[in-house]
Amino acid sequence: MSILVDEHTRLLVQGITGREGLFHATQMQEYGTNIVAGTTPGKGGQVVLGKVPVFDTVAQAVLETGADTSVIYVPAGGAPDAILEAVDAGIGTIFCITEHIPVLDMLKVVAEVDARGVRLIGPNCPGATSPGKAKVGIIPGSIHLPGDVGLVSRSGTLTYEVVQALTDAGIGQSTCVGIGGDPIAGTNFTDVLTLFREDPETHAIVLMGEIGGDAEERAAAWKAEHMPDVPMVAFIAGRSAPPGRRMGHAGAIISGSGGTAEAKIAALEAAGIRVADTPSQIPGMLREAGYRA
Amino acid sequence: MKLQEYAAKELLVRAGLPVPPWSVADTPAEARSQAAAYLAAGADRVVIKAQVLVGGRGKAGGVKLAATADEAEAVAGAILGMDIKGITVRRVLVAPAADIVREYYLAAVLDRGARRIRIMGSAEGGVEIEQVAEEDPDAIVSLLAHPHLGLLDHQARQVAFAMGLGDRWKEAVPVIRGVFAAAIANDADLVEINPLAIVRSVEPDGTVSESIQALDAKVTLDDSALFRHPDLEALRDLSEEDPVDVEARGLGLSFIRLEGSIGCMVNGAGLAMATMDLVKRAGGEPANFLDIGGGAKADKVAAAMRLILSDASVQVILVNIFGGIARGDEVARGLLEARSQQTRDVPMVVRIVGTNADLAARILDESGVGIEAATSLDAAVERAVELARAAA
Repeated sequence: MSILVDEHTRLLVQGITGREGLFHATQMQEYGTNIVAGTTPGKGGQVVLGKVPVFDTVAQAVLETGADTSVIYVPAGGAPDAILEAVDAGIGTIFCITEHIPVLDMLKVVAEVDARGVRLIGPNCPGATSPGKAKVGIIPGSIHLPGDVGLVSRSGTLTYEVVQALTDAGIGQSTCVGIGGDPIAGTNFTDVLTLFREDPETHAIVLMGEIGGDAEERAAAWKAEHMPDVPMVAFIAGRSAPPGRRMGHAGAIISGSGGTAEAKIAALEAAGIRVADTPSQIPGMLREAGYRA
Repeated sequence: MKLQEYAAKELLVRAGLPVPPWSVADTPAEARSQAAAYLAAGADRVVIKAQVLVGGRGKAGGVKLAATADEAEAVAGAILGMDIKGITVRRVLVAPAADIVREYYLAAVLDRGARRIRIMGSAEGGVEIEQVAEEDPDAIVSLLAHPHLGLLDHQARQVAFAMGLGDRWKEAVPVIRGVFAAAIANDADLVEINPLAIVRSVEPDGTVSESIQALDAKVTLDDSALFRHPDLEALRDLSEEDPVDVEARGLGLSFIRLEGSIGCMVNGAGLAMATMDLVKRAGGEPANFLDIGGGAKADKVAAAMRLILSDASVQVILVNIFGGIARGDEVARGLLEARSQQTRDVPMVVRIVGTNADLAARILDESGVGIEAATSLDAAVERAVELARAAA
């Protein structure tokens, strides 16, 4: 099994006729993801990627194709509305790839998403891949190996680095999820750990955190309480980051004494989770933590 | 984007908050004439405050009182040009000194965990709120505003009474609501008034009155929302920013200059941080944080390289690219372009994997310009640190 996306996913691509949307839709389809529809207002009636119908509205797309998951490649100005359009149309799981969405917009959006019982991953996230089944987002498909390690990360390319290291070591993945680098995220580490706990085929976890906020600390405490026996290894990026500076990601900032790598590493280790010094240590540490492929 | 105190106060005034008059001086002479005007208008003394975006300016001697115009000029002369935590003071704020009866703390701040704007108030004003939070957390009242409904009247009253402003709650409630309104109106992650104060003033006819005033202001704006506040972009203080940071922003690059000798060029913020961490762990010092972003083209890579090389302390350049959206061959072409324009002979260690990595390797190999290729991140970092040591 896997979480969030799999071979049954019926994917809608919002912004499918744009440069980014079309490029990644092509990649996702080549990976085997079942893309059932796309939307771009004013381009309804077109067909892209050989067989994918384009609709003007998400409501139409859902009605006619039964899409249940959406991925958003709409620019920041329109992305909050794109998320809410998917919510209104009854989409259950929404991935928002778009970055640079204003924080105040996201506060309103996540409140609505939560009230409606919808799952939002992102914004500013690379998406999720369940190797061999489906990939939604922008993570390169070629780096994966199907398996039973679940990976959750606030980063993009750093995730690829670790997935590649796992694959090279012969360790396959159940699902790799990027939750995004923004200060306000629809889904946090603890939410994803909860999903992994309920997945009978995820037997170990890799958590890739970074400076800023306290989501890693909260995830560590939750893990210690709810899944103490599952092997888990973590990595925290930003040990060398200067305080008060935003390190690329809007959410990666040490403010005052909060959000430091040291505090996160201490919390993870206190919860019995080993923290790697380099991405290349992660496969070995997983095995030391009791993981057997 | 952090705002200087004078710009932050301007936003408070626009939100209807009570702020005593202030002015901004770039020279001691300007400070003198401004001080003279405040003193002539009845102020006993003026306060001169360094305008820098780092905390602790008071302790560093960047805030001083003056009783005469002469003194104001001398104090401003001492503060202007002063170095506070590595920042040179180029501007001071001049204001009549307030007769403070009591100090408070008030802020609207983004709470990432709660995913709401949090209002925080305390009767322990004028000190670092983090210190209060640690030593006496009960001295802070804090509640969350509703994302759709905003800060409600009863919430503002609750904060006012808990802050000990009960005997003037009708005056305090609009101030508390105003701080929240300022955060919303400007897309601010933080609006902080410390101290908010009850200030005594004497009218020309001799009557004494007391009122709530914002004596300091700290505002941090959400960079992602600046597009809808073109007027606020003008408040950015470019004089305090590293010119390289400013240039990088213009190029759409995320760049932060650091102290070390190993220039880093990476795609993706998380990987860029991790690369710096590995450099440090291997005994080297990163010269910068640089995320060239997804899908960077050759010209952007070349521009990024020029930025790195503009720092004279850079002895080695470490390139770490995990191709996904970014294509390895584009990066390789950019590196060669930068190399051809390079005036300084700096060794380069390059590790490119992922999309079109084999093409990238061939381009670099055939160029014959002495770029060292590394196959793993660990090996690349080790080699870069080794070269930096040899150059030192």
